[in-house]
Amino acid sequence: MSARQGYAGVAVAVPVTVPYVRYSTRSAHWFIARALAALLQESGLRKEEVDGMCVSGFLLFPDTAVGLMQHLGVTPRWLDHIPMGGACGVVALRRAARAVQAGDAEIVACVAGDTNHVDSFRHTIASFSQFARDAVYPYGSGGPNASFAFLTDYFMRTTGATREDFGKLCVAQRANALRFPYALFKKPLTLAEYLAARPIAEPLHLFDCVMPCAGAEAFLVMSESRARALALPFARLLGTIERHNAFPEDAIQMRGGWALDRDALYEQAGVGPGDMDLVELYDDYPVITAMQLEDLGFCPRGAVLELLRSNTFTVDGTLPLNTSGGQLSVGQAGAAGGYLGMVECLRQLTDRALGAQVPGARHGLVSGFGMINYDRGLCSGAAVLAAGAA
Amino acid sequence: MTQPIRRPKRKNPVLPMRLPVLPPGTRSRVGLGLTAAAAEGRFALQVCGACAAVQYPPREACHQCLGDELTWREQDGAGELISQTQLHTSHDTFFRQRMPWRLGMVKLDAGPTLVVHLHGDVGSAPARVKVGARLDKAGMAVLVGFPDRDVPHMADDTQLREFTCDPKYRKALVTDGKTAVGQAQVRALVDAGADLVWVGHAEPWKKLPGLAELRELPQVSLVPLDVTDGRSVKELAGEIGAKVDILVNNVEVHRAHGIASRYGTDIARAEMEVNYLGLLRLAQEFGPVMRGRGADGQSSAVAWVNLLSIFALTNFPTHGTYSASKAAALSLAQCLRAEMRPAGLRVINVFPGPIEDEWNQLLPPPKLAPAALARAVIGALRDGVEDVYPGDVAQEWLARFRESPKVLERELAGG
Ligand SMILES: [Zn+2]
Repeated sequence: MSARQGYAGVAVAVPVTVPYVRYSTRSAHWFIARALAALLQESGLRKEEVDGMCVSGFLLFPDTAVGLMQHLGVTPRWLDHIPMGGACGVVALRRAARAVQAGDAEIVACVAGDTNHVDSFRHTIASFSQFARDAVYPYGSGGPNASFAFLTDYFMRTTGATREDFGKLCVAQRANALRFPYALFKKPLTLAEYLAARPIAEPLHLFDCVMPCAGAEAFLVMSESRARALALPFARLLGTIERHNAFPEDAIQMRGGWALDRDALYEQAGVGPGDMDLVELYDDYPVITAMQLEDLGFCPRGAVLELLRSNTFTVDGTLPLNTSGGQLSVGQAGAAGGYLGMVECLRQLTDRALGAQVPGARHGLVSGFGMINYDRGLCSGAAVLAAGAA
Repeated sequence: MTQPIRRPKRKNPVLPMRLPVLPPGTRSRVGLGLTAAAAEGRFALQVCGACAAVQYPPREACHQCLGDELTWREQDGAGELISQTQLHTSHDTFFRQRMPWRLGMVKLDAGPTLVVHLHGDVGSAPARVKVGARLDKAGMAVLVGFPDRDVPHMADDTQLREFTCDPKYRKALVTDGKTAVGQAQVRALVDAGADLVWVGHAEPWKKLPGLAELRELPQVSLVPLDVTDGRSVKELAGEIGAKVDILVNNVEVHRAHGIASRYGTDIARAEMEVNYLGLLRLAQEFGPVMRGRGADGQSSAVAWVNLLSIFALTNFPTHGTYSASKAAALSLAQCLRAEMRPAGLRVINVFPGPIEDEWNQLLPPPKLAPAALARAVIGALRDGVEDVYPGDVAQEWLARFRESPKVLERELAGG
């Protein structure tokens, strides 16, 4: 395989968040429009200067990104629509970076947003995919809770992980979230409270599960020179990976595509897991966080329990993880959940954290994971970013 | 260990009756292949004609070689439970009313991983299981993980009972008790644990062989019922309709005539009057009230059984007018099934070959004994299937019919 071209000269900038709410009567279009408006306001750009758009949103239906352009009155010369759920942030960045490097677009707005009506989550999971409709939804209609319960049950049985191990991650993320203004969860969480929570889909209990909500996240991708000209703080992109339907021969998901691609990621990035000052892992359920720590090489295969038990994961901990609280404590705003870690990482690397700042953060890793089409998440991705001034 | 179910308490008439709610009933067109097999009590998956890979979930192309010759083939269901969960919340009303609910993930020995409803007697993962397909309340196939060996009271599992129509502690109406078939059916229902069996007889003034013995059974109650008389059907429905959980419509008129052997329409009319219009009258009087009780607790209205005939599939000329009346009844039964499905009620069509009775005297063996037919009906209720073809003759006719209806028509025309 020929060596992949790097991302030299690409700047990632202007992290914005449309504040999360539990329910909204607005549509996904509204949240995406607010995010685009925030990007323009923060960057000082005019709408016409954004010539590339990359959009994700589960609830845009029946529209796609195409219809949204007319809705928003924009005329990009480059457009992408990425229906990859939790992987959409990493993948949007990959696509946009190449468009900028190739000159197909100068400034790409990457936006993900969704609404949450009282009944919309049920509709989303009932019609999520053909396989889900045929082979998952008629089985208790538990949605992703049931799917991740299977993975968690298997993970616990085969690794020896306990609820306390997952609880440690959830409690640390809540501590991070308490200082992040957009987090929907504002009360501290103790391990005792975590353990005493009501069961949802055993072995999952209440605090293992993300809460669906409405909101949007966005950022801009452009050349470093353009970012400097606009006086925008930025991060550089060192390396990325994506993979779909990895390890189809595994009877149940016990690893994701990261395990296949992580060497390529670190080789391209020129840094390794030990160099990361912060890690933003896709966290709709803590089992996936644990799985990724191993797949992304933060410990040798089979040593994840040791890693979980010998580290602390708060912003001031030994391994700062999901520093804004992650989806588990901020909320999961549909497709924006795939952007949450990316936007937080950009804030940390530009020294503009809204919550607790990791002091002197220079390198960050962001992952994505999406689309339980049937029995497992199909899309995986990761990106390594560096502070722009480095 | 499954606890045997108890006889349900008398209903408090003041409590509101639970309205029928169905589990999710949407499937892709290709996914309906699973339902087509489950309706006959089979667990079949798509198998690739080119590379023999077994597929699941149902799809349009082989996941291994991209071949598109995927044929539904019966599976033995052997596999290992690799993961499990007990659901406490659901996005669907049907399941929300039935929490908690146990699910499993099974690695089938034949290859694919399946999400299944998990029987309570399957131990914790890892455990050997046997997967079977059942129709759920929506009439759609779902997979169930069973213990790999039978255990006591297996049928009483609360989740499984949502998929089956087990007669235990239920009340049944058998529309005709004068025939050997009807009497065997009544006994089989009693033996299967039915609480009460009403037995229709059209001419209560006649002393018919066997009826006196039936009357001795404490569960049996003889009731007047003449399906050719709309008022008789209406009166009985008014009296017991709100209590019938299982209706077995076995009343029929059967004469061995074609067109040429019997001039006029009197016989054909009598057959249609009972076999077709009788079903229509029963459906109009009992159908609505049974639909209303589709979710009425542990012993809700569950099933409607039609005694049809394998001759309903294609005409058997020496029993030509009878075949025609059964074909009409089959068509109407399909209509009834469509109308009963929203209430979660199963319509079971039974297609026996020639039965050991007076109208099949001239037909050569093998012929189906009434007791065997009755057992097949109980089996269909317990497994919750839709179509059952009991006996060797019916099975062979079915196979020949599926192979080529035209060839079968020619063969039957030859006598
Ligand atoms: Zn194949």
